[in-house]
Amino acid sequence: MTMTEALHLALDQALERDERVFLLGEDIADPGASGPTAGLSTRYGTQRVLDTPISEAAIVGAAIGAAMAGFRPVAEIMIMDFIGIAADQLVNNAAKLRFMTGGRTSAPITVRTQVYGGLSTGATHSQSLEAWFMHIPGLKVITPATPRDAKGLLTTAIFDDDPCIFLEPIRLRGQRGMVPLDPAFAIPLGEAEVKRPGTDVTLISYGRAVVEALKAADRLATDGISAEVLDLRTLVPLDVAAMVRSVGRTRRAVVVHDAVGFAGPGAEITAIVQRELFGTLLAPIERVAARFVPNPAPAALESSIYPSVERIVAAVRQTLRPDQARSDPTKAGIRG
Amino acid sequence: MAGTPNDSTDPPDQPGLTGLTGLTGSSDPDDRDDLASLAPATARRLYELMTLMKTADDRLSRGISSGELLTVYWPSRGQEAIAAAMGVCLRSDDQLVTTYRGLHDLIGKGVGLVEIYGEMLGRQVGASRGKGGTMHIASPGVGVMLSTGIVGAGPPVAVGLAMAAQRLGLDRVVVASFGDGATNTGSFHEAANMAALWDLPLVLLCQNNLYAEMTPTEHTMKIEHVADRAAGYGMPGTRVDGNDPVALVSAVTEAVERARAGRGPTLLECVTFRLRGHYFGDPMAYIPAEQLAAATEADPVLRFRARLVGSGACTAGDLDTIDAAAVASVEEALATVLAAPPTALTEIDHDVYADARNCPA
Ligand SMILES: Cc1ncc(C[n+]2csc(CCOP(=O)(O)OP(=O)(O)O)c2C)c(N)n1
Ligand SMILES: [Mg+2]
Repeated sequence: MTMTEALHLALDQALERDERVFLLGEDIADPGASGPTAGLSTRYGTQRVLDTPISEAAIVGAAIGAAMAGFRPVAEIMIMDFIGIAADQLVNNAAKLRFMTGGRTSAPITVRTQVYGGLSTGATHSQSLEAWFMHIPGLKVITPATPRDAKGLLTTAIFDDDPCIFLEPIRLRGQRGMVPLDPAFAIPLGEAEVKRPGTDVTLISYGRAVVEALKAADRLATDGISAEVLDLRTLVPLDVAAMVRSVGRTRRAVVVHDAVGFAGPGAEITAIVQRELFGTLLAPIERVAARFVPNPAPAALESSIYPSVERIVAAVRQTLRPDQARSDPTKAGIRG
Repeated sequence: MAGTPNDSTDPPDQPGLTGLTGLTGSSDPDDRDDLASLAPATARRLYELMTLMKTADDRLSRGISSGELLTVYWPSRGQEAIAAAMGVCLRSDDQLVTTYRGLHDLIGKGVGLVEIYGEMLGRQVGASRGKGGTMHIASPGVGVMLSTGIVGAGPPVAVGLAMAAQRLGLDRVVVASFGDGATNTGSFHEAANMAALWDLPLVLLCQNNLYAEMTPTEHTMKIEHVADRAAGYGMPGTRVDGNDPVALVSAVTEAVERARAGRGPTLLECVTFRLRGHYFGDPMAYIPAEQLAAATEADPVLRFRARLVGSGACTAGDLDTIDAAAVASVEEALATVLAAPPTALTEIDHDVYADARNCPA
C-alpha cells in the first residue's frame, strides 16, 4: 500500500481500538478531506474527527489540554511551515508540562505534519524544520521513509506517553510498500534501521532523503563502492548505538537530509559519531543537506538546493579520497 | 450599501453565508440608480479592471490545463469586483497586503502582468526575479508590499505599515486583504485589536468566498457574519455584496476615507465565491451543486457587463473593445514572459542577506 494508505490505516486502527483517540485539524473531515484522514469522519463521526478553524495555536493547545485530561489527541498541522504558529504551545507547554509539574501532568499528543519541499510552492511551503524541535527537551521527533515505518511509528506515537512530532514527507506519500495489517504492529521509537547493507561507507539519513541516499547507493554500487544506508526513523530519541555499529564497521559516514545543513540535524549526528568513533574514522564525516537559502520557487532552482544523487556521490568520494585516509591508506588508495 | 462608522450590524437583505441569495451583482431593481451614482469613467474603469483580471485568470487556467504553463495557482476567478473596487478607490501611494489568492488584487493595484506572470512562471522578469513564486509577489513601487502564503500572516504586517504611515504623518492608507478563514487566526485578532487601539489608517478587507480550502466557513465560526467581529475590537464592521462593484466602491470609499481622515480602521466583509475552487484543478466535489450553480450565475464580471449594457451606460460594442484590449495585453505579457530567460540558478546566491558574505558556507 502507499504511505498515505499506511497512515490512514494507523489512524483508523487507533480510532477503532481506543476511545481516547481523536483527530483534530484543518480540512480533515469529509467531504473536504484528502490524504490519510479521508473517510475517517464518515466512519467515526465528526466528534472524533474534528475539522477546526485555521487556528494552529489553538489546535495544538487544545490537543494538549485534552491529553492532560486523559485523551490521546492526534493534531494535524497541514504543512510543517505553519507549525511556527503553534510553536509556543509545543515548546512551552507540551514539551515542559511533565517536568514543570514534577510528573503530575503530561501532554501525550501527536502532531502530524506534512513536510513539503520540491513542489515549487516557494519559501513558506517547503521547510524541513525538525532541528527546531530536536532542540527542545521533552519533544520526540519522528519521520518515516517507508509505508511500513509510517504505520508502525504513527501507532507508537499515538500511544506514546510523550508529545510526538510526526513528520510526513509529502513526496513519499505515493510510495508503495508492504505494511502489516495487524493493529498491534508498532515500531519502537529510537530504533534506526539499515535500509541497505554495505561495507565502505554509511549514509545516515531520515525521511525523504532516504530515497535519495538509496539511489546514491545504487549509483555507487555500479562503481564498486558499497554504501550502507541507515534510516534513523526517529531523531529524538536518536539511535546512537545503530550509528556507531554501522559507522564502526564502514569507518566512513555521510549524513544526508533535506533540512538546511547549517545547524541542522546532521550537525548533532556528526558531532556524536565523531566523538564515539574518533580513532576509527578514515575521513571526516561529510554532510549533504539543503543549502542555506529560503526555498526558491522555480523547480530547477529548488532541486539545486536539495541533496541529489550527484551531491551524495561526490560527498562519498570525498570520504574515499586518498588524502583523507588516516589508518587505511591501501583501501583509500584503491578507491581514490 | 456601506454601514456607517461604528455600526456593525448589517443592513437588511444582505447575502447569507450559504445561500448566495443576495449575491447577484445586479438583481436589485435599484441597480440602475446605483450605477448612475458612479462617474461613467469609473464604471468603465471597473469593467476594464474586472475583465483584465478575468482574462488573466482564464489564460493562466487554459495554459496550466493544457500543460503549456507550469506553475501553482490559487485562482481569484469570481472575486474580481472586490479587487476592481480597490483599484478605483485606492491611490497609487496607498499600500496593499494580500495573499496567495492575489492575481486580481495585484492587477487592481497596478502590478504589471509581466511581473505577475513572470513570477508565477519562474522568469527573470518576474516581480521577485522568479524566486518567490505565485504566493509571494510584492511590487512596492505600486504599493503591493506583501503577499503571504501563511494564512493570517498579512494583517499584522499591514498594522506595521499603517503605523509607519501614521508616524510619518502621511495620509496614505493600507489595505490588508485576506479570506474568511484568515479571520479565525490569532494573528488576525491581534492585528485587528491593535489597529483599532491605535486608530491606524487600515482597512481590513475580508474576501469572504464562503470556504477556507475545503471547509465551509459556517463550520468554523459561530457568528454568522465576519463583519460582526468588528464590534469586539471597537471598529466599524460592514458587510457588502462582493460581486457588486457599485456597492463595493461605495463601501471601500467609505472605509478608505475614514482611515485617511485618521478615524481608524474598518473591517469590510465582501461576500463572494471562488469559482474555480481552492487551487487550480480543485475538483470541487465538496461544493454542493446548487451552490456552485448559483455562484456561477452570479459571476460578477458577466453580471456587470449585462448591467452596464442594460442600463445604457455602455454599448456591447464598447465592452467588446475593452475585452479585446484585455486579451491583447494578456497575450502580449505572456509572450514577453515566455520569451524571457528562466530565473538563473545563481539567483539563490542573492538576497538571503543584504550582504551575501553573511551566509554560512
Ligand atoms: C497558517 C496556515 N494554515 C493553513 C494553511 C493552509 N491553507 C491555505 S489557504 C487555506 C484556506 C484559507 O481560507 P481563506 O482565508 O478563506 O482564504 P481563501 O483561500 O478562501 O481565499 C488554508 C487552510 C496556510 N496556508 N497557513
Ligand atoms: Mg475563503
